[in-house]
Amino acid sequence: MSANTAVADKYRNNFLKEIEEQVEMGDWVKMCMQCGVCSGSCPTNFQSAWEHPPQEIFMMIRAGKREEVLTTTSMWNCTSCYNCIVRCPRKLPITHIMHGIAEYAHRIGMAPKMQPTRFFSGLFWKNCTHTGRVNELKLSMGLYFKDGFVQGIKNGMAMQAVALGLVKARRLNVMELFGGHKCKDQKGIQSMLKKAYEIERSRKAARMAG
Amino acid sequence: MAKHEYAFYPGCSSQKGASASNYLTSVESMCKTLDVKLTEIPDWNCCGASIGYAEAGELPRHVLNARNFALSEKNLPGQEIVATCAACWLGARETRERLTHSDTLMADTREALKEAGLTINEMPEIRHMVEVLIEDLGFDEMAKHVVRPLEGVKIAGYVGCQTNRPFGVAGESFENPVYLDKMVEMVGAESIPEYEQKVTCCGGALAFSEPEKAQAQIKDIVESAYDHGAEMIVTPCPLCQANVEIYQGQINKRYGTKFDIPVMYYSQLMVVAYGGSAKDAALNGQVIKARRLEEIAAKPVKR
Repeated sequence: MSANTAVADKYRNNFLKEIEEQVEMGDWVKMCMQCGVCSGSCPTNFQSAWEHPPQEIFMMIRAGKREEVLTTTSMWNCTSCYNCIVRCPRKLPITHIMHGIAEYAHRIGMAPKMQPTRFFSGLFWKNCTHTGRVNELKLSMGLYFKDGFVQGIKNGMAMQAVALGLVKARRLNVMELFGGHKCKDQKGIQSMLKKAYEIERSRKAARMAG
Repeated sequence: MAKHEYAFYPGCSSQKGASASNYLTSVESMCKTLDVKLTEIPDWNCCGASIGYAEAGELPRHVLNARNFALSEKNLPGQEIVATCAACWLGARETRERLTHSDTLMADTREALKEAGLTINEMPEIRHMVEVLIEDLGFDEMAKHVVRPLEGVKIAGYVGCQTNRPFGVAGESFENPVYLDKMVEMVGAESIPEYEQKVTCCGGALAFSEPEKAQAQIKDIVESAYDHGAEMIVTPCPLCQANVEIYQGQINKRYGTKFDIPVMYYSQLMVVAYGGSAKDAALNGQVIKARRLEEIAAKPVKR
């Protein structure tokens, strides 16, 4: 049984409960009063329109629109600017809820696979936890080659002027490709994170069983 | 002994050869003048940034930040942690807040930290460098060291998001913070308090993953600075600095604009005003050269 089928079975017609129990800060969703300030304050919604801005997502959750919410690209448009958080009259931690729903959709395999920010988000976390510190060159290269080698070269060429400017200013080091900055206690970091994932998984499973 | 001492969390982008290495160089020169001693937290790790959310989960993210707290407590007991990067500061402060308010999260974090042979007994204070400057030193102390005022230079103070929201600097508003304008005035330059894009988002990580969306926002930020007659933009955030500076060429292609405006850190302005050289201020780290500042930095100092 896939991760998605397991939770879908368990929560059946109660998507709100599923979000409350499985999503970070999900228990805030029911507090939304549909004023729309979040949607009006969101820079990417303002510039290029989300499929479903935050206010709409909150109502869709209450209406049980499970498939539509978990498969949308919307949450991945969040730039983490925190405008919605500071303006929300009911103090919902909207940025964290958006990240939480996105993370959940990703975890149970419902998130749109090739959405570029979903891809970059995963890439960033792997990059920074691999050695304990970000390797900016490998991070950029990883993103350019997301859609294969040929597209990767094209993307690299398009970014040539930007990269060259940074190299000249000594803010991009090509040697990062062969190592780069890292923490000394990488082993400690790996085992500590492994433990953290174990604990988090067991807490989420307990909530589902309870 | 230095007047002020802190445990320092420089963050990934500040490292040698990384995208904000010029920020660190200028902060070091600035702190020397102000007698502020920063001791790097040994073996510090990445904060995970906000963009790591797809894989980070809740506990792993906080454990990552808590490791830095534990290392700071072990090696630099009693010192407050100071970050120069907005994302590092926000990530660490968020973890501090969550762990303080949840006994379960705190207990789980302690259990995970054990795997790295570490523990937390006391929760550290997490400060941004601008908080240290404004709250611990104050504007009068900062102004005392100005020996080469940046006279006649008009600068748009771009605060951005994460230094301003959700925590921000105490006493400042989210919609119209004024501390950066005050810092611009403090170094003898001309501020633009009515610069309406001062807290607009630069697009953050979307500048990498969905550049067309981020660049639409950056265009507004730069355009407004020009409209107000600014010669340069100043910011306290490494990602704001990079995003607003390095994509101006691509924006010009996309929109037919002719943007070419330098984007500086507050610390660079301060170092030049404090009599430092272009090298001390890391002006060579600009992709769009700040010619006007280079000229001023070459001038003799008024004593």
